[in-house]
This record gives sequence, structure tokens and C-alpha cells, in this order.
Amino acid sequence: MLYREAGQFKASYAADQQIFPIRQDRVGVLLLLAVAFVVVPMFASEYWLKGILIQFLVFSLAALGLNILTGYAGQLSLGSAAFMAVGAFASYNFMLRIDGMPLLLAFALGGLMAALVGIAFGLPSLRIKGFYLAVATLAAQFFIVWILTKVSWFSNDSSSGVITAQDMVIFGYKFASPQAKYLLVLAIVAIMALMAKNMARSSVGRAWMAVRDMDVAAEVIGIRIMYSKLLAFAVSSFYCGVAGALYAYAYLGTVEPEGFNLDLSFKILFMIIIGGVGSIMGSFLGAAFIVLLPIFLDVLVQDVFTGMLPPSIASNLQLMVFGGLIIFFLIVEPHGLARLWQIAKEKLRLWPFPH
Amino acid sequence: MQFFFEVLIGGLLSGVMYSFIALGFVLIYKASGVFNFAQGAMVFFAALTFVGIMEMGVPFWLALILAFGAMVLLGIATEKIVLRPLVNQPPIALFMATIGLTFFVEGLAQAMWGASVRGLDLGIQDEPIGWILEATDIGVSKFDLFAAGVAAVLVTALALFFQYTRVGRALRAVADDHQAALSIGIPLQNIWRIVWAVAGFVALVAGLLWGARNGVQFALVFTALKALPVLILGGFTSVPGAIVGGLIIGSSEKLAEVYLGSYVGGGIDSWFPYVLALAFLLVRPEGLFGEKHIDRV
Repeated sequence: MLYREAGQFKASYAADQQIFPIRQDRVGVLLLLAVAFVVVPMFASEYWLKGILIQFLVFSLAALGLNILTGYAGQLSLGSAAFMAVGAFASYNFMLRIDGMPLLLAFALGGLMAALVGIAFGLPSLRIKGFYLAVATLAAQFFIVWILTKVSWFSNDSSSGVITAQDMVIFGYKFASPQAKYLLVLAIVAIMALMAKNMARSSVGRAWMAVRDMDVAAEVIGIRIMYSKLLAFAVSSFYCGVAGALYAYAYLGTVEPEGFNLDLSFKILFMIIIGGVGSIMGSFLGAAFIVLLPIFLDVLVQDVFTGMLPPSIASNLQLMVFGGLIIFFLIVEPHGLARLWQIAKEKLRLWPFPH
Repeated sequence: MQFFFEVLIGGLLSGVMYSFIALGFVLIYKASGVFNFAQGAMVFFAALTFVGIMEMGVPFWLALILAFGAMVLLGIATEKIVLRPLVNQPPIALFMATIGLTFFVEGLAQAMWGASVRGLDLGIQDEPIGWILEATDIGVSKFDLFAAGVAAVLVTALALFFQYTRVGRALRAVADDHQAALSIGIPLQNIWRIVWAVAGFVALVAGLLWGARNGVQFALVFTALKALPVLILGGFTSVPGAIVGGLIIGSSEKLAEVYLGSYVGGGIDSWFPYVLALAFLLVRPEGLFGEKHIDRV
């Protein structure tokens, strides 16, 4: 009754092509943004902001990056954490070595460095695909972490490659409180999500999807495969790079190369599987799910089953629940949480009438 | 020169270990087209189960049979719970399901038997063989040679099994074409169960040898990842490819570590196999022995 497009006429091309064609969606998104920007920082506790929301936003951005590559362009990657590491370390070095480097520019340059590295490791995708490519991206994962650990220049000669992020200062304002950090991250993520949404529905995104569905056929209809694939790698790595920079600057403050290990890559992959492969919204849903699940399980084990399970079993139980959920989602809903949301919307359009 | 040979032989023999894990991958990929990422976790599970049973005071052979039974159960459960509902899904979905399976099996193994590092003694010493050392001054570990012998026996047995038995023929038919195999009455589900059981057995052997060498611990899972470049080199569908690929990866990794590693600060064996495989892929995307893939629109 409330959610339907009846009576909303599109009288111009602009209206036809707008990003959210249904008015209720537009209102909903604006409301969501208003809540995220105004209400949340006013009421959320420090723990929620620092521990959960910033982490959620950063991982959403990384998942968005991987979703562009895997979900839209169909190139499976197991190296997203390595690209995050490149972004984090590059931003750190730009801030460190260039006087008066603006923070946001350093983030962007960090993302660009990650994009360059992404293109380099994306080159094999022109000849190989599928599992072979997945293994090839593992090369990126291990090589980048190794080189960041070994070459001490990257971490300014600190021991074992640990870097401590500089203060975040933009136009003289220091982003130190959790609220300020949260708002900065939120703004960056919101803008980049909007860009991703627009890319996905423009010719670039359509070319990616054509390559994903069948690259030979895409080539036949005149899509430049090399350009599309490398662009997907570049854009995806850029997103991951910026996410890595935010991970270092806004979330953790201190990072080491080993923090960006294979487990983190898998975590991001799980986010897009659970959230929905090939969906912008899914990246956010998946990130929320993966960030909240361990916290939920911890609470469950500590408060509900207090003392019933030894801690070693509890942590392994978490692994099992993770693995089980992945399989469960792939079997029951291969398109992830985003698909559930879509089904809900379809139902809402008819509600409360049966047809 | 002597040193070179010693490194080379050590590398070749450690490559045999990678081959063991790669063999499990190849078996499953051949028969069901599933890229089983969980093979490493299965190795870990098998070794931990074996050690766990041994610790209860069960004699060696009985423990071996029980651990094998556990692997068969795991294989059947995987087929029933994970693979069957995912029939007709794209291969990527199956691959991601096996990543999920990896986490599940790792958690299960440690929840059942605890996470502490265990020693495993097969009764073979990891020491150089005397007469070779005297004759040529090259140290060849007794244990590594034993592992190579086991690999040779295992591969021969598998080759005979594939070539001459009824089940082996059915396996090859399924590998060639699922639908054609189904249409002539080969029970696909049974075949898959058998393949997973055989892969479980290979995982058990690999787990025992690795475990005896480095202790049964979680790091086994990471070692198992090295089987992936082996697969790329050898081709996903070739049993000899897994062996040759393992030997190449093992030896080049050790040689690179010894001769190049000192220039760049060491530890390059963590990524060298992957980069080698990557470079190799650019030249020959289907691997050494893999089938050439033809794209059709």
C-alpha cells in the first residue's frame, strides 16, 4: 500500500534514468542517510561507533571493491586484503614523506597506488579465468604482504613493519573523537557507494556484466575485454585501497602487514557471498552480517551458555558456524541477503492485497 | 655443486609432500569438476583424527582404519549435504562452498581434538642415509625417501585403479562427461562418494607424512595452500601433473630460497611458488598436462 510506483509518471529522460526511480526508495535512502549522519552520532555509544560502526563501514567499502571485481566483472579474487594493505601503506608514506599532504588526497593516492598494483596483478586475467585466476590472486596476497614486511622503507624502518597512522587533520580540524572519525568514514563511504552504483548502471558496469556472463560473447559484440577487465581490477583495487587506508587511519590506528592476511581476504569474500554477489546493497548487508556475527556469537557464548563451553571450543564453534553459514547461504539463497531484500520489496508492492 | 644437489634433492623430496595434497585436489576435480579448496583442511582433519585416536591408546593399524573411516564419513556427508543441493550451480559457487567447508572442517577438527600441537611418530627417522652420505657427501633424509616411496606406490595404485577396475572406468567416464555417464547408467552419486573417500584417503596419507615431519598443527592448512600453484603448473586434471608439478615447485622453491633469498632478505618461499605459477600461466594457461580449453559461444 505504501510502497508502489503507481501514479509516478516519468515525463523526461532524466526522470527515467534516475538512480532510484521509485519515490519511496528516494525517501528511504535520504532518511537512511539522515539517520546515519545525524541521529547515529548523537546517540550511539563510543563502543558502538569505534568498535562496530566504523569497522562495518570500512569493510563495506572493501566488500564493495571486491563486489565490483567478482560480482560485476566475474573475476574471482582472493587477494583483496593485500590491496587494502597497499592502500594503507601508500597513504601512510604519502603523509609521511610529503610535507603538507592533505589527508583526503593521501587516501586517494593510496587508492591509486592500490589500483596500479591491482592492474599489475590483473594482467594474468587476460589469459586465465576461474580457479586459475583465483590462485593467481593468491600470488598478490602473499607477495605484497611479504614485501611490505621485508622492505622496511615502507614502514619507515619500524620493527616488523608496524605503522602508526598519523592524526587525521583536514583544514586544521583534527578528527580525533569517535564521532568525527565515524562521520568522515561515513561521508567517504557514501560518496564512493554512490559512484559504484552509478558505475554499475552505466556502460562500464554493463560491459563488466557482459564479460562476467560470457567473455567470448562479450568480445564478439564489441566490448573491449582487456580494457574492461583491467578497469575492473583497477577500480576494485582503488576501493580496497581506500578501505585499507581508512582501516589503518580511522579504525585501528596501528597496523602491520600481517594484519592484512589471507583470512581478511576470505572475510571480505564471505561478505559478498552472504550479502549478494553483484549487488551494491549486498556489500553493506554482508559486511554488517560478518561484523556482527562474531559479536553476537561471543555474547551468546558468554551470557547464554555461561561456563557451559570452554573458550577453545567456543572459538572453533565460531569457525564452524561461519563455514556452515557460507554453505547454507550458497544452497538456500545463492544471491545472498540482497536478494531477500528484493523479494521483500516485491511482496511489499502487493501488500496487503494478494495479487 | 654438492650443496646444489643437496638443496635440489631436499627440494624434490619436499615437493613430493605438496604432490600428495595436490593429488587429492586432482582426484575430486577430475571426477566431479569441483575445485575442492577444503583438501588442505581435510589433510589437517585426517592427521588430527589419527593422532587423537592414537592418544586414546588404540594401536597404529586400528587407528589408521578408524581415521580412514572418519574420512569416508566426512566425504559422504560432504556429498550429501554440500554437493548434492548445489548440482547445476556454476562452478564458482561450488568453489566458494568448499571454502565454507574448509572453515567448518578446521573448526570441527579442533573442536573435537583440541588445538595443541601434537607430535606424530611413524617410526622412521628424519636423518641422512649413511651409505649415500659416504659415497657422495649428499645428505638424503631417510624419511623423505620413505615419503617418496609412498608417493610412488600410491600413484601406481591409483593409476591401476583408474585403468583396470570397473569403478575406475566409471570414474573416468564421469570425468569425461557427467550427463553421458548418467545416461549409460553410471550412478553419479556413488561415484562422487567413492571419489571423496579416495581423496580422504590421500588426505590421510598426506596428513600422516606432513604430521610426522612438522608436527600435527594448524599450520598444515597453510602448507596445503602450496598445493595450489602445484595444480596450476601440472594442470587441474592430471595425476602425473600433480606429481611433476609438486617436484618442480618443491625444488625451485628451495633453490630460490637458498640462492635468491639471501639477496632480498629471505622468506621468499612464502610467495615464490605462486609467482612461478603465475609466470607459467602466462605462457601455458592450461598447465603442463592439462587439457586445452576451447571457448565456445
